[in-house]
Parts: sequence; structure tokens; C-alpha cells
Amino acid sequence: MVDNKLLTASASPHVRTRDTTRIIMLDVLIALTPSLIASVILFGLRSLAVTAVSIASCVLFEYLSRKAMRRANTIGDLSAAVTGMILAFNLPSTIPFWMVVFGAAIAIIVVKQMFGGIGQNFVNPALLARIVLMVSFPKAMLASWATPFAWRSDTPDAVTSATPLAILKTGEGTLPALLNMCFAKAGCLGEVCAAALLLGGVYLMIRRVISPIIPFCYIGTVGMCMLLYGFAQKENAFLFTAYELLSGGLMLGAFFMATDYATSPISSRGKVIFAVGCGLLTCLIRLFGNMNEGVSFSILLMNILVPHIERLTVPRPFGVEKEKKPRKDKKEVQPS
Amino acid sequence: MGNAIPHVRSAVGKIRGGVHVQHHKNTADQEIVRLPAPDKVVIPMQMNIGAPCAPIVNVGDTVSIGQVIGDTTAFVSTPVHASISGTVTAVGDITLANGVSSRAVTIESDGEMRLFEGLEPPKADTREELIAAVRASGLVGLGGAGFPSHVKLGFKPGTVDTLIVNAAECEPYITVDNRECIENSWDVLSGIQILKEILQIPRVVIAIEKNKPKAITILSSIASQIEKTKGEISVMQLRSVYPQGAEKVMIYSATGRRVPAGKLPSDVGCLVMNVASVAFIARYIKSGKPLVSRSLTVDGSAICTPQNVRVPIGMIIGDIIEHCGGFKVTPHKIITGGPMMGLAVISTDIPVMKQNNAILAFSKEDGLKKETDCINCGRCASACPMNLQASVIARLAKTGDAQALIRAGANVCMECGSCAFSCPAGRPLVQNMRLAKSIIREAAKSNG
Ligand code: SF4
Ligand code: SF4
Repeated sequence: MVDNKLLTASASPHVRTRDTTRIIMLDVLIALTPSLIASVILFGLRSLAVTAVSIASCVLFEYLSRKAMRRANTIGDLSAAVTGMILAFNLPSTIPFWMVVFGAAIAIIVVKQMFGGIGQNFVNPALLARIVLMVSFPKAMLASWATPFAWRSDTPDAVTSATPLAILKTGEGTLPALLNMCFAKAGCLGEVCAAALLLGGVYLMIRRVISPIIPFCYIGTVGMCMLLYGFAQKENAFLFTAYELLSGGLMLGAFFMATDYATSPISSRGKVIFAVGCGLLTCLIRLFGNMNEGVSFSILLMNILVPHIERLTVPRPFGVEKEKKPRKDKKEVQPS
Repeated sequence: MGNAIPHVRSAVGKIRGGVHVQHHKNTADQEIVRLPAPDKVVIPMQMNIGAPCAPIVNVGDTVSIGQVIGDTTAFVSTPVHASISGTVTAVGDITLANGVSSRAVTIESDGEMRLFEGLEPPKADTREELIAAVRASGLVGLGGAGFPSHVKLGFKPGTVDTLIVNAAECEPYITVDNRECIENSWDVLSGIQILKEILQIPRVVIAIEKNKPKAITILSSIASQIEKTKGEISVMQLRSVYPQGAEKVMIYSATGRRVPAGKLPSDVGCLVMNVASVAFIARYIKSGKPLVSRSLTVDGSAICTPQNVRVPIGMIIGDIIEHCGGFKVTPHKIITGGPMMGLAVISTDIPVMKQNNAILAFSKEDGLKKETDCINCGRCASACPMNLQASVIARLAKTGDAQALIRAGANVCMECGSCAFSCPAGRPLVQNMRLAKSIIREAAKSNG
């Protein structure tokens, strides 16, 4: 017969999905790869080096901080590697390596692990690291973009201070052609090829790692607002909108950062509110703020609001009627 | 008659969530085999939701099949009958699969399988007679939950307009309901006729998941042959999605009606009966032989020859597995019931109960998933047919706040396991749900 001691008594269900955190994170890494390749083509091996340093230091910091806190090692779930890759994508390829390491420390140690590790952080680690770097080292972060393809020309170190967004805002300089906006523009190393980002985003949606709600609502809101603004203020509203959509980190933000599980709502209604909020804030910052880029700050602000959005959008359980509050309250006032 | 396949209806409501579990319906084409009489059976006195029975036989008594050996006056309970003939050798306490302790009567077989002489077809011409007969038959919901069937039939006359015969069988592996539809289709239909006529239910829907085309064809063709009830009994095809067979889900799929939280199916005009229970009622009314045996699917990666068997209630599951060729590899987990909602047992020494519909044994490879931190991916919430956020309720349960748990809807949870199935982090969400419910119960107790 059977040795009863070997039998496991566990709670149902006794079958589980094959998906694991690691597989999900691996999918995100796969989805980011086309953009990395695009970046290497545009900016040379320097982008690869920045990405490698960022991933390596994120994984190392994850390992060390878990060790220091005497908690189970989690580098195997690949979430630190994803943070590293996304952080790198938010940096210019010209950034000094030590700054990358500093950013990784902020992302992993301060934002992620000090709040309890995966799923617990209330803002996106890579995003906050980027903002800290931006505030601390504005020159390195905001004013020295490598010119696309310069590394293959006679002036390999050519830098420009003008991203398309800066040109859109100030009106100084010439915008790259629309086609170049899709494939090659100046900017952070991961945001420069909108087509590659879109490819990765579609992959994540097909794999059901992310739901389409956030990217669609986010990009949709930005599109609508820019169109309205364009009709009021610009000669060619459609062209203006196209540039706005393809500029800066919008694609990267909408597909890969606003969709971060820990810092976005889980209910569909919550996702809509969150994404529309991100979209509106992005437009406000881009059009009326004194910064060129609004994606990081708007996602960050909305991240902070997520717990409130979640609370307001708890779905009604099956068979539970809508509460009719107001009237009852009035009637039940008791004389004291 | 090639194109004479009668009309099969499609679902009315589409439930949200649910999960696509691998079906593993390996035994779908295996006829139910009646196992030879075992040497002994251990018949628990608690085989239903509700009150346990008290044994009314003593050690040394001779009993025969169908003789009442345990009964109670409680309404929400059903009598227990001897399932083999022989001598009572013990009346004592045993631990059931769910960890609950119960009185049980052990009968050693005399090898004769003698029927009790007093058995005769019950009188069941009126509602009251039918309910009394069904209670006396010992019937509980054969689909797994074990709710006494006569209690369900006792709805207020005229309030139920739809009888839903549940043949969804959405749990993986299990195929006995499918076999029941195929092998005993006439019993199913005559059971329906009885319930329909006596309880005066105008409409009957036999609800089957799409992945059982044979059962669908057979039942719909028989239903269309019965002139008297033409148009009133129909077969409905449902999406193969777990938990299609859960009562509230089933009612929504079949009628588009939502059972309000805390209410019963009859509150929305529905009566849901498992297909095997319906067929049993027909046989019982004809023969008067109470519920003393049932069909089971024996399957899983550790079972030598997976098959469908018919066994006496109280047969030891180890003996049943022996009859299916024993284990081909060392089992790591043995489940009574389906893999989504069944109970893992820690011994093969426990008896089969009325509501068990499967015995599944798995080897190590199908083992547990490692538990890691919740990543807040929301998959548990998307999977929940009851629209609950399992991860949120799990967090709330840690705080022990009963009011917040009620507001979050923890009581609506039917423990179907869809949430935990989908969780990439392997969180024990169903356990958390049970914890949440017990917190609510405790709070209610201390307040009231
Ligand atoms: S499915 Fe699991 S990991 Fe995802 S939110 Fe629910 S509990 Fe957390
Ligand atoms: S919360 Fe309850 S009803 Fe919802 S999926 Fe989980 S077990 Fe099923």
C-alpha cells in the first residue's frame, strides 16, 4: 500500500497555473529587448553597457538588501532585472556609470526593498530613481543626448541638447521627420524607437502580462488632449499630435511603467481612472509646465493616488445590490 | 436521420472571470464498472451538510442492503443505509477527509449482497410525499457539496419556474456525470418528468458544458422524443470554463438571473439539481432502493488504470484504488473530489461518502507550487466569477477587520479556487478566504 506519511495535505485548488512571477518578468524582459536592440543601433554599444551596469547593480542590490534584512533571496524572480532594464531605458546613453549605480541603489534599496519588496512599493522604483537622478544631476540627465547614429559618423561624441519635445516646446531647432520619430530620435536610451516599444507592448498584451486598458487610455487621453490643443493653437493639429505621441517617454511609460503591477490599480475601472489621470497630467506638464517631459512625474503622481483609486473602485461582488445610501441616512437621524 | 439532431440551446448569461483548466477527461469514454463487493465498508454518519445521524444498529447486528442504520429527526439531514449485507462489527468514531470526526458503522460483508426485504417503491404523488420519499432515500447532492436534496425540493409552491439539471461537470478529470448522461439517459429524463410534474415546474434546462458532445446529443434527442413535454425540456450547451457548474454561475448562465448575496436559488425562481441526483430519484421512485452506491472517477497520474467505477458507499478508498490496478508511481497527493475543490486526504484508509465523485492520485511532479510574495498582478481578481478581489481580501484578513471583510464581499466567495489557480505567486488564496469567513462568523457570534 501507500506510505501515508508521504501524502501532502494542502488546501484546494490542487492544480495551479504554470505561470510564475519569474515567467511574467521574463516576458517583460523579452518585450523590452527590441527597444534595447534599437538603442544599440542608434547609440552604439554604450547603451548596452549602461543597460548591463543597471541590471547588474539592481540585481546585486536586491541580493544584498534581502541578505541584510535576512529575508529569502528573490533575485530568481527576475523582477530586479526588469527594474534594472527599465531604469536604464530612462537614462541617456551618455550618463556616467556611477550615476547608473546610484540610481539602481535608489530604485532597489530605497523604493523597493525598504517598503517590503516586490508588490509592496507604492511608486515605481525605476521611475523614482530617474527623478532623483534628474533632480540631482540635471546636466547629465537632461542636456546631453547623443545624436542618433553619431557613433558611426566622424563625430562620435556629438551631443545635442534638443530632444523633439524640447523643440516642440520652444519652437527652436528643426524637428526630425515623422518617420524618424517612429524609429530614431534623440532621447533616453529606451524611448527612442517608438516602433520597438510598441512591438514589446503588443507582445505583453498578447501574453496577457498587461491589460490593454492602461496603455490605451493613457495614450488615448494624451492624443485627445493634444488634438484639442492643436486645433486651438497649432497650424496642423494632427501633425502636432503625432509628434507629441511619439515624443519623449510616452510609449515607454504607457506600456512598461504605468502598467507596473505594484503601482497601478487592479480593477478595470481603477485602471481607466489611473491611466486617464496619467494622460491628463502628462499633457498639463508638457503644455503648460516648465518641464519638457511630463511622463515620469505624471505616473509618479498617479502612483501615489493608487491606494485611493483602489478604494474607490472596489468592484461590486456578484449578487450584491448597489447601496442606496443618501435617503436612508436622512431618515435614520435619531433625536439625541 | 442525419440532420435530426434536435435543437440545443446556448447559454443566456455569460459569467465574468473563471479559468481555463486543462480538462483531463481521460475516462470520458469509459463505461462505469461495478466493482465486486468489498469485504467491509465503513459508513460515516455525517455525509451531508447539516446534522449528523445517530447509529441505530449495534455491534453484532445483521444488516442488509438498504436497511437504515443511522437516522435523525433533524430536517436538514438524511438517513444513512447499509450498503452491503453482513454483520456490524464496529460503531465508533473516525476522522473524515475534511478533518471532521464522525460516528461510523463498520459492516463486514457476508458476501451475499442481500437486499433488505422491507424495500418497496415509495408513494410519491404529491409534493409532500415526494419530499418525504427523497429524504428517506438518503439522497444528498451527488455533485460534491452534499446538501440534502429534499431540503432543496421544499421551496414554496409556485416560486420556482425553472429546474436546472446540472451536468456541467466543470472539474477536471471527473467524468461520472457525463457517463450518467450517456448510460442512464432515460433515468435522467424520467427523473426530470417526476420533479417537473409533482413540483409543477414549467421549464427544465439540462445544462452541459460543450466538451461533452455525446451527452448533449443523446439527452437532446431523448428530450425531443417525449411528446408530452415537448418544448419544455431543453438541453443547453455551456462554455467549458471553470467553475461553470457552481450553482450561482450555472443559474446565471442558464437564465441570466443573479442570485442575490446570501439568498437561495429559489429566490430567483430556480432549482438546481445535479444530473446524477435526478437520475437517482427516478430509480428510487421505481425501485425503492435507497442511496447505497455511487459512481466515481478514479484517475490521476499515479493511478495504474484510470476508470469509472460504481462502489458501495463506505468502501475504503484504498480498496477502490487496488481495484484500479493500484498505484503505478508513489502517490504524493490523493484527493477526494476534483482537483479544484476536492479535499487532499492524508490516508487511503477513509471511506467513500455519498457526495464524493472522484478519487484522484497524483505523483510528485504534479506537486505544489512554491509560495512567493504577491506581486499585485490582479489575476486573482480577473479570475473571480463572484467579482471579488482575493488579494485585497487576503490582506484584510490579516488585519482581522470583520466589517471591512463583509464590505469586500468575503461571504460571497464560493471557494471555487479560480483565484488561487491563476495566481502566479502561488498564494494560498482559498485558505485566506476561509480565514476571512471565519473572522466574520466569529465577529457575528461575539456581537449577537
Ligand atoms: S494573483 Fe496572486 S500575485 Fe496576483 S494579485 Fe492575486 S494574490 Fe497577488
Ligand atoms: S475569491 Fe472565492 S469565488 Fe472568487 S475565485 Fe476565489 S475562491 Fe472563487
